[in-house]
Amino acid sequence: MSHPITPVRTYVTIWVILTVMTITTYLVAQIDLGPFNTVVALMIAFFKMSLVVMFFMEVRRERPLTKVFVFAGFFFLLILLGLTMGDYVSRGWQALGSMW
Amino acid sequence: MEQQLDSATLGMWVFLLTEIMFFGGMFGAYTVYRNLYPDAFASTSKHMNAFYGGLNTLVLIVSSLTMAMAVRSARVGAQKALQIFLILTIFFGLCFLGVKGFEYHEHWVEQTVPFWNWDAHYFGEPQFAQQAQILFCFYFFMTGFHALHMVVGVGLMLVIYFMARANKFNPGYYTPVEISGLYWHFVDIVWIFLFPLLYLIGLSKHV
Repeated sequence: MSHPITPVRTYVTIWVILTVMTITTYLVAQIDLGPFNTVVALMIAFFKMSLVVMFFMEVRRERPLTKVFVFAGFFFLLILLGLTMGDYVSRGWQALGSMW
Repeated sequence: MEQQLDSATLGMWVFLLTEIMFFGGMFGAYTVYRNLYPDAFASTSKHMNAFYGGLNTLVLIVSSLTMAMAVRSARVGAQKALQIFLILTIFFGLCFLGVKGFEYHEHWVEQTVPFWNWDAHYFGEPQFAQQAQILFCFYFFMTGFHALHMVVGVGLMLVIYFMARANKFNPGYYTPVEISGLYWHFVDIVWIFLFPLLYLIGLSKHV
């Protein structure tokens, strides 16, 4: 799409943020936060992914149709993970209930 | 011309959706088993080399920057810069694969390769010896398929480089650079998730 050319500074800034976030995720992993270690790690990974998708892949400047397709990708991934885990987690409850 | 680039970009994203689902299946299976054996996974993850993994993350992020710069150079018609950035991207891609090779070699020496070279006695936590193999299977499948994508990406970049050298691109036509760039960034994103999920889950846990 004929959008304005992104200045070099933007790309370098995004790269610096990505590098800092990588070091952050490594350091945070050393601290025991219980189950929140995974939550924090995934949030950082999701943030990094958003930066790559929006700025390096320039999705923020694509046509709406392309944006819908990108969104659909993550939506279907969410269905895949959500329904799979929903099944496994609820089976666990069933087993617990049968113990009573 | 502009509409052609738009269509190609959309088509590339459709391909990337299939790739998301391909890796998504493995991430889904990983989630199920990690949920079943959280302690075993955390304990086994300590046998991954988090330094190499982190180094590779940084290498891939730099390669994503050079890739974005290559696409930008193609857009503004800077032919020389385009070639230099493509060479840099290929270089960092090969660095990644080299570090990966060292890692695989380390696992082979430590006998933590399920099926082919597995020594359960190596683990200090014998109660996890069985489940540890599951995590290592995920590790080799996921990083293996990721490395395969990297090899394909490096090959793609070589093709784009020779096309750039033959002056095939100009500010009005640089579609191949743009869509191979999308592929490269996608492979980077997969690693962004693999790194914390495979390498970092055991660092703070004392199990």
